[in-house]
Amino acid sequence: MPSSPSQLSADHFVADLEETPIRAVDAVDESEKPRSSWTDAWESMRSRPLFWISGVLILLIIAVAIFPGVFNHVSATSANLNNSNGSPRAGHIMGFTYQGQDVYARLIVGARASLTVGILATLICTVIGIIIGALAGYYGGWLDAVVSRIGDIFFSIPTVLGAIVIMTTIPNRTPLTVAVILAIFAWPQVARQMRGAVISAAATDYVMASTALGVSRFRILIRHVVPNAINPVIVIATVSLGTFIVAESTLSFLGIGLPGTTISWGNDISSAQTYLRTAPLPLLWPAVALSITVLSFLMMGDVVRDALDPKARARR
Amino acid sequence: MVWYASRRLLQLIPVFFGATLLIYFMVFALPGDPVAALYGDKQPSPEVIAQVRAQFNLDKPFIVQYLIWIGHLFQGNLGTTFSGIPVIDQLKQAFPITFRLSMLALLFEAVAGILVGLVSGLRRGKIFDNSALVVSLLLISVPTFVIGFLLQYFFGVKWGLFSTTVSAAAPWHELVLPAIVLATVSFAYIVRLTRSSVAETMNADFVRTATAKGLPRRRVIYVHILRNSLVPVVTYLGVDIGSLMVGAIVTEGIFNIQGVGGTVYKAIQLGQGPTVVAFVAIMVIIFMLANLLVDLLYALLDPRIRYAK
Amino acid sequence: MKITGKRLRPLFGAIAIVGAASVVLAGCSSSSSTSPTKSAAAGDTSAVISTNGSEPQNPLIPSNTTETGGGKIVTSIFEGLVSYDAKGATVNEVAKSIKSSDQQNWDIKLNSGWKFTDGTAVTAESFTKAWDWAAKFSNAQSAGYFFSNFKGFDAAKDSDLDLTVVSPTEFKVALTAPQADFPLSLGYSAFYPLPASFYKDTKAFGQNPVGNGPYKLKSATAWTHNVGINLVTNKDYKGKRKPVNGGLDIKFYTTTEAAYADVQSGNLDILDAVPASDFATYKSDFPNTNANQAAAIFQSVTIPSYLAHFGEDKEGKLRREAISLAINRAQVTKVIFQGTRTPAKDFTSPTIDGYSGSLKGNDVLTYNKTKAKKLWAEANAISPYSGTFSISYNADGDHKTWVDAVANSISSTLGIKAEGKSYPIFSALLADESAHKMTGAFRSGWQADYPSLYDFLAPLYGTGQGSNYGQYTSKEFDNYMTEGSAKTTVAAANKVYQSAQELLLKDLPAIPLWYSNVTGVWSTKVDNVKFGWDSVPLYFEVSKK
Repeated sequence: MPSSPSQLSADHFVADLEETPIRAVDAVDESEKPRSSWTDAWESMRSRPLFWISGVLILLIIAVAIFPGVFNHVSATSANLNNSNGSPRAGHIMGFTYQGQDVYARLIVGARASLTVGILATLICTVIGIIIGALAGYYGGWLDAVVSRIGDIFFSIPTVLGAIVIMTTIPNRTPLTVAVILAIFAWPQVARQMRGAVISAAATDYVMASTALGVSRFRILIRHVVPNAINPVIVIATVSLGTFIVAESTLSFLGIGLPGTTISWGNDISSAQTYLRTAPLPLLWPAVALSITVLSFLMMGDVVRDALDPKARARR
Repeated sequence: MVWYASRRLLQLIPVFFGATLLIYFMVFALPGDPVAALYGDKQPSPEVIAQVRAQFNLDKPFIVQYLIWIGHLFQGNLGTTFSGIPVIDQLKQAFPITFRLSMLALLFEAVAGILVGLVSGLRRGKIFDNSALVVSLLLISVPTFVIGFLLQYFFGVKWGLFSTTVSAAAPWHELVLPAIVLATVSFAYIVRLTRSSVAETMNADFVRTATAKGLPRRRVIYVHILRNSLVPVVTYLGVDIGSLMVGAIVTEGIFNIQGVGGTVYKAIQLGQGPTVVAFVAIMVIIFMLANLLVDLLYALLDPRIRYAK
Repeated sequence: MKITGKRLRPLFGAIAIVGAASVVLAGCSSSSSTSPTKSAAAGDTSAVISTNGSEPQNPLIPSNTTETGGGKIVTSIFEGLVSYDAKGATVNEVAKSIKSSDQQNWDIKLNSGWKFTDGTAVTAESFTKAWDWAAKFSNAQSAGYFFSNFKGFDAAKDSDLDLTVVSPTEFKVALTAPQADFPLSLGYSAFYPLPASFYKDTKAFGQNPVGNGPYKLKSATAWTHNVGINLVTNKDYKGKRKPVNGGLDIKFYTTTEAAYADVQSGNLDILDAVPASDFATYKSDFPNTNANQAAAIFQSVTIPSYLAHFGEDKEGKLRREAISLAINRAQVTKVIFQGTRTPAKDFTSPTIDGYSGSLKGNDVLTYNKTKAKKLWAEANAISPYSGTFSISYNADGDHKTWVDAVANSISSTLGIKAEGKSYPIFSALLADESAHKMTGAFRSGWQADYPSLYDFLAPLYGTGQGSNYGQYTSKEFDNYMTEGSAKTTVAAANKVYQSAQELLLKDLPAIPLWYSNVTGVWSTKVDNVKFGWDSVPLYFEVSKK
């Protein structure tokens, strides 16, 4: 080998195969299935305890929502004022509400409505927000102008006003109705977030490289821009799951949310708020349930985000 | 950039008409008769109600009502409430207070949220990060009215450090406590957003380059990591201005502040179209200006972003 | 995210404070009250009393003020022919005498020497012109209906009332039918006099009213919208409500919770409405400075007669009785309201002259599970009932908790499905009530304008009356009302009204629930706080240390 750079010549730039024999690490195992970024993500997630903890919690919460009967045998509606704000006792481990209903039973039964509202509202507003925000941020121009201005209008409408109008025109209020109302007035937030991130991501080198390579614009958006811009949206989505559940409580309290007969954490939080000073427990339990739910989704969001980000994965 | 900004300002015009039309329609679509509701359980004769309805043009079709409103608007007349208070007076009373309150809240959530989020993002999985997570979770799942009343009770009633309610003039120092309450939920969002964004930026090539260049850590953090992480945070703050202004209903109620949120909420309940639509129109303008500012900030924060035309 | 909880949380109700800290506070206040300030307790006659209020819905014209926010101000700055004492009995003020031989044609003589705060005299014309104006159709006054029994009144076009001015100190009123309690009604704000300046610029007057009452506006701009109003003592006041303090600062609050916190921290002297969140603790927060007494507010659940299974037939009556028996009023008032409501014994209020807690048939208002079930079963034998018994309420008031409790009581007693049904805003509920489109029962309530049994009965249950949302029709009841009005004395009239109530107890057009108490707290800086029959503190008697 020549020792001085000046002696380098083009002929010797590529080492002879014999000089650098194939090492085991470079060997291609042709029998292995091709790895996608999804399998990589899965590998990465699987190795993190946080994933398992949040996964189990989410499964548990969903199980409670689908099969409340498994977890509870006490009536959630039968009320006895003799038990008003009663302390916990055998068979009623979390005590009683102001109306004398069993707090634990209501917690279990209420999971379904609360989760439905939270998850549906998050899904709807995230999907709408991602699509609209990505298109607006990426293509810009009049599309951006129209979409962003519609977002501005929607965002300026007081949610209370929108909810009253919609709720009084729709006779049957279900968790879906409430979720739709919450999502209608929340999507511009996600859209703006997505738009901002897309504008940022579209200005990066790899996008320019892809454009130079002649990849179609739409393909670049889907393959490169969106995955690199999704981060803040995941954060917003995981946090808003919790705020949607709390927002449902507020709507219920105003009489424009779920009907009072539908048991939900939000309904119970809003009913218990008046008596917080003398009986904090009926408010505390649904709030704790809400916290645990949000926590598990936040952790899961974190893990998923890390797993989808190849750079973060590499650092681990 | 100037061209971009002025084009954006021109968009205000169609948005203004679109938004006011929509809001006017929604108020119109509110169930029941706002005039009858004024009298509560004791109703005057239907003739009296009809006369008051006519006085406020409520007997006319929706689009006529809207056009009358627009016509008056161009004469500088925003209408009056049922009690005869000019809407312009309501605006003059509510907006300055709300502006001070929301600016304070915005300051609190931005400074505290970005700082906590930055440290969390730099030390992910450490004790600080985890405590920040717990605190922001609490703020999300404990409703504002609980936080508001705890703060009012301890700082106001018990320790006498702040006044329990805000006086009519609403000076800055009286708004500190309400602003903190108002900022709580957004604080949680900003912490999470900053944390995630900082974590992502830390892996970026330019940060590695900066570190490899031997730049001091402080400089890497503040100039390279933080600045490049702020796009989502700034986006959030831009949209949050509106939520802080209209969304302060509860906080305003707790501290007896005569601001935008409470005024609009009361006007919705009373079905007072002119008040609602005037406030919302101004909110739309504020939103658009805030979003324009955010878009211009993008270019400042991330030099790669350019507004071509 | 926009949909944070803070964006939406309601104005009304429901905020509270955790912890035992309140006990500490209470301890402080009781110790300070025993400190040696006895000599100063006589009061400083120039001290201004601060109290809670709310923004008036209308300009401050007495005949257009029918809600409590404006009412509190108007009754402080005006004085009528008579005023009411703490028990609701009338006391002559501007009137020297109010006489009639047939209860239909009234002769009213005035005391001379009364002045408006602009210096003009209060004469017979101050009353007749004001009443005529208030009754005019085109002026659309919310209290205009108070003149509907005056000769010459027309609800659909402008016309003149039949009022005759005899001299500056005497005028005559002609009614369309006898009304024994007419003098009793004359203390109501609709009957206040107005100065000549009112007619020159009614708009300006509404912002800066000129009255003849114990207080007057501090200045032309004393009313700051949404913030409050400053009143000072009227030195020229000649009546019996002579203030022992220097004035009133009425601060407007959007929530009573905020006002309560202000009393706790010493920023407010008197609060006349303890919020629900403090029902359980107000007595320990303000051990010696609280009040909880019956007021002239009646609350009920109306079951419209057009509701299937609840008509004015045998089945309907059985069901109404069963529902009434199934409501455990004693328990709901004790647990839900912490004793700030008094279970109803009739359709009026204990603060009203002529009230009786022992009407025949009022045992239907006492919880009786076995009888309720028996009657419900009898009704089912006539026509089986399946479905949900709903009680509608407006969610922008403070009704959900008690409606739920009443529904639960009915449900667990009768074994049927019963639930609360919320309307987002009051106007929506009112629209369905007025259009007779209710699909169940609904909350109803009545606060007396003047202390008379008649005022609690005729407007609510008389055939075709404006506030008879339940569409109750009974010839017998209507006859009682006419008969009672024609009696020569209030006592005799009350006897007839009691018979009418006994009929109502059988028909139950509305299910009486309870009387709302007035619950107030005040700081130790003020003394001698008493509440009137109309739940408003007697401010003029309050002294400040």
